[in-house]
Amino acid sequence: MAVSRSFPTADIFRRRLGTLADPAVILGVLALLYILARLSAGVTAPFSEANPPTVSLDATNLPYYAARSLLRMFLALIASTLFTLVYGTIAARSRRAERVLVPLLDVLQSVPILGFLSITVTGFIALFPGSLLGLECASIFAIFTSQAWNMTFSYYHSLITQPRDQEEMANLYRLPAWQRFTTIDLPNGMIGLVWNGMMSFGGGWFFLVASEAISVLNKKYTLPGIGSYLGAAVDAQDFRHLFLALVTMIVMIVAVDRLFWRPLVAWAEKFKNEDSESGERVQSGVLNVLRRARVIALVGKGLSPVAEGVDRLLRPVGRPHPPRPVDLRRNWLVDGAYNVVLLLIVVGVLVRLGFFVVRDVGVGEVGLALGLGLLTFLRVLVLIAFAAVVWTPIGVWIGFNPRISRVAQPIVQILASFPANFIFPFMTIFFIRTQISLNYGAPLLMALGAQWYILFNSIAGAMAIPNDLKEAAENFGIRGWKLWRSLILPGIFPAWVTGAVTASGGAWNASIVAEIVSWGNTTLHATGLGAYIADATTTGDWPRIVLGIGVMVLYVVGLNRLVWRRLYNLAEAKYKLS
Amino acid sequence: MATTLFPKNTAMAAPILTADHVSKSFPLPDGGALHVLDDVSVTLNRGEILALLGRSGSGKSTLLRILAGLISPTSGGVTANGAAVSGPNPDVAMVFQSFALLPWLTVQENVELGLKAQGIAAKVRAAQANAAIDMVGLDGFEGAYPKELSGGMRQRVGFARAFAVRPRALFMDEPFSALDVLTAENLRGELLDLWVEQKLDTEAILIVTHNIEEAVLLADRVIVLGANPGHIRVELPVNLPRPRERKESAFQALVDRIYTIMTRPNEEIESVATGVKQRPTLAPLPDAAVGMLGGLLEIVEAQSGKADLFRLSETLLLDVDDLLPLTDAAQQLAFATVIGGDLTLTPLGATYAKADILRSKELFRTQALDVPVIRLIHGLLDKQGDGRLRRAFFDDLMARHFGREEGPKQLERAIDWGRYAELFTFDPESDTLVLDPALDGASPVQGG
Repeated sequence: MAVSRSFPTADIFRRRLGTLADPAVILGVLALLYILARLSAGVTAPFSEANPPTVSLDATNLPYYAARSLLRMFLALIASTLFTLVYGTIAARSRRAERVLVPLLDVLQSVPILGFLSITVTGFIALFPGSLLGLECASIFAIFTSQAWNMTFSYYHSLITQPRDQEEMANLYRLPAWQRFTTIDLPNGMIGLVWNGMMSFGGGWFFLVASEAISVLNKKYTLPGIGSYLGAAVDAQDFRHLFLALVTMIVMIVAVDRLFWRPLVAWAEKFKNEDSESGERVQSGVLNVLRRARVIALVGKGLSPVAEGVDRLLRPVGRPHPPRPVDLRRNWLVDGAYNVVLLLIVVGVLVRLGFFVVRDVGVGEVGLALGLGLLTFLRVLVLIAFAAVVWTPIGVWIGFNPRISRVAQPIVQILASFPANFIFPFMTIFFIRTQISLNYGAPLLMALGAQWYILFNSIAGAMAIPNDLKEAAENFGIRGWKLWRSLILPGIFPAWVTGAVTASGGAWNASIVAEIVSWGNTTLHATGLGAYIADATTTGDWPRIVLGIGVMVLYVVGLNRLVWRRLYNLAEAKYKLS
Repeated sequence: MATTLFPKNTAMAAPILTADHVSKSFPLPDGGALHVLDDVSVTLNRGEILALLGRSGSGKSTLLRILAGLISPTSGGVTANGAAVSGPNPDVAMVFQSFALLPWLTVQENVELGLKAQGIAAKVRAAQANAAIDMVGLDGFEGAYPKELSGGMRQRVGFARAFAVRPRALFMDEPFSALDVLTAENLRGELLDLWVEQKLDTEAILIVTHNIEEAVLLADRVIVLGANPGHIRVELPVNLPRPRERKESAFQALVDRIYTIMTRPNEEIESVATGVKQRPTLAPLPDAAVGMLGGLLEIVEAQSGKADLFRLSETLLLDVDDLLPLTDAAQQLAFATVIGGDLTLTPLGATYAKADILRSKELFRTQALDVPVIRLIHGLLDKQGDGRLRRAFFDDLMARHFGREEGPKQLERAIDWGRYAELFTFDPESDTLVLDPALDGASPVQGG
């Protein structure tokens, strides 16, 4: 049908975007290269113990500091991704390696990362003497340790739950290892990798801030960055610059979300294992520009012979194995020997560490650490109870209102990735003014980061409750407490438990920085295991560092096994809505 | 022997693949083993289409995967080209029930997957893939993603991917069962045309199916597998001229004969032929949704109490796997008999079909007490003072009768039937089976 249109249509708009896309992409790439060149000069700057780098509070330096911090974050992300792909693949493909790697990952996940900074900082500085690279690596490593485990678990899980038909197809057509990785393994794991990467990246800001300015072994180390800028502002008791740092942080988080994660999430949608296009898709303007740019397609086409070459080069690596008939008896013997060796190694390491600790500090100190752990444990309990009472109803309210959740969810996501230690100075001032003991204030500080997981998962849980159940409840006039007891609480329980587990883990970790805080020359001190570890780290007291971390791992793992795992199983068995 | 109507088939019966006394069991987490296949020998010959036919649990897909070298047998072996197969067989390409396409690759990339794995250069690969895509009638869709295609078109991609590698043997694992009836019919026809016109670079086709009609329509030879563990029950040549017509009496007769064999899973083939009936000590409960039974019997009742099973499956759009358990259930309840592929209602069955809900429940209850498994459980509970027995006891009992794999399923089904019949129920709180309390008053009536 011939319909004449005299007004500009969306097509014209789109065409204009098309012509602008190419210059935009080219400019963007050039800018990125320039920034990287500028930054790399700073990273390898010489460094000596006598003359450590300082951070100037001059606001014009802030963009540079922010960029330095950002570079650290992305280098850590790259490291985490590489680690994930290698570790996850080995754990999923080798039955014996799996038995070591998966529990190890579980322990690593429970270890208070901040307690290790002392070990890693000294190690990395020794590795790169006379260069800032050592400190740089230590900071990146701290961020890495906050990102990698989550991502690895996600990738490992995607590998062992691959669709059976795809696996069989790959075996039958004898896909070489590299082709299998690029066409089946990585695509299947992509969505989980991107989502977990995004979440972990958000969590990484906390460790960035904590690791840029740190006191280890009686020395204060500073790396140019947003975290050390904040530290300098705190030392100078400078409100104006504190506020500037806060604004910069928010700008950075939002920018990374818009320019990096959202496009990535939208792009990753194509890796969904679905039969038909699902209704709602994540939209990203940046991705649309990238898709529209012809440069990218051209570069892609130009690179295809290279990809082909890489494929050919890597073909001989890991030819597909024929399935071997399994000799169960022989396997059983080898497995038994393998288990015994593993057990001996674990026991040996534990005995050696235990001996080291007890010799230097005595058995009484172990009891003290356990007692301090109990105090921190109480704080964790209080904050989880507090967060549950406050945030669960709010989360459910948001989750039940689609219009509100559409607005609120991205905000909550940004709040969740905002590093809680950025707020610590403000809270510290508050505690000093009101003369509240940090013994009671610390749970509040620990909650600053941890609470969001409970809110976030309450929203997700409430959204997952099927509409027909809500309608049925309404139809029968079930309201108020009865509605909560019969539908809402059971409905959000699985998601809520996940949130509480994460919150509890985060809170333990945060206790190391939350039980000692300072403003200028005033330092507040709480009695607890976190402060114990922080003190030991500052003075470089190795036996106490080991003891403190060991006791914290004991608490975290014990809590996971005795409480969270059981609740989790209960949620899986009884309250799963599917 | 296979039909001799086609030049291809007249080439001597040279084996492409042979499975020799193959058995397979999978270890269970509790230390036991699940026996899937028991001493099966099969040969796939050049120029033939061989169908492996069986109900679920007959191990037909496992057998296919053993022949393809995807699974290694527990005992016995597979030979191809005179050599033992120990790994994915390069002579075989497979079409999957679920299509097994990668949603992030285009049609072209999906079809090229197998060629790329062989290290074929990009240009040759593209040409070969294009030829295969043309063959299945998908030209123009090379750049489309699977999720943009309908189910039928997606399976065409699956076929193209298999054709592209030019396999000696084409394996198909229920290739049409995920498609709607019309699409499946279409695709079957096209495949058969390509085969008959010798456009496929393939020497033999092996298809696994539970669709009797499909097997008779396509195959030169049908092997019927029995279940628990899978074994060969009978091998039937299909000596019908092509193109085959469903309406022909010879076609119908063969379909009916296979139906008869498959409706009596617990009997020897000889006795099926002579029509002698023999009940095993404890007949297992069929995997039938008891709620559907009434509906089925009503439909048969409306057709003057007798229905051809094959027609019935067509009208109801039910697979053999869904229909046969229902007919088994009707037989165990003495509501119907199956003779020569026909389902005939008994007078009781006719009454049941016409009864209102209360009366039909009552009839079901009475008849269920004649079903061996139900009678056994009810009898045991009835002897208890409080009408209760621990579930663990029945778990053991059923495992003793039906094996560790089938036992728990039988108990699940029995509870299902027991609840429907209001004879007994399972109480999760106390983990016991318990006589239906509503029945307390009625119990003496049952006895008398």
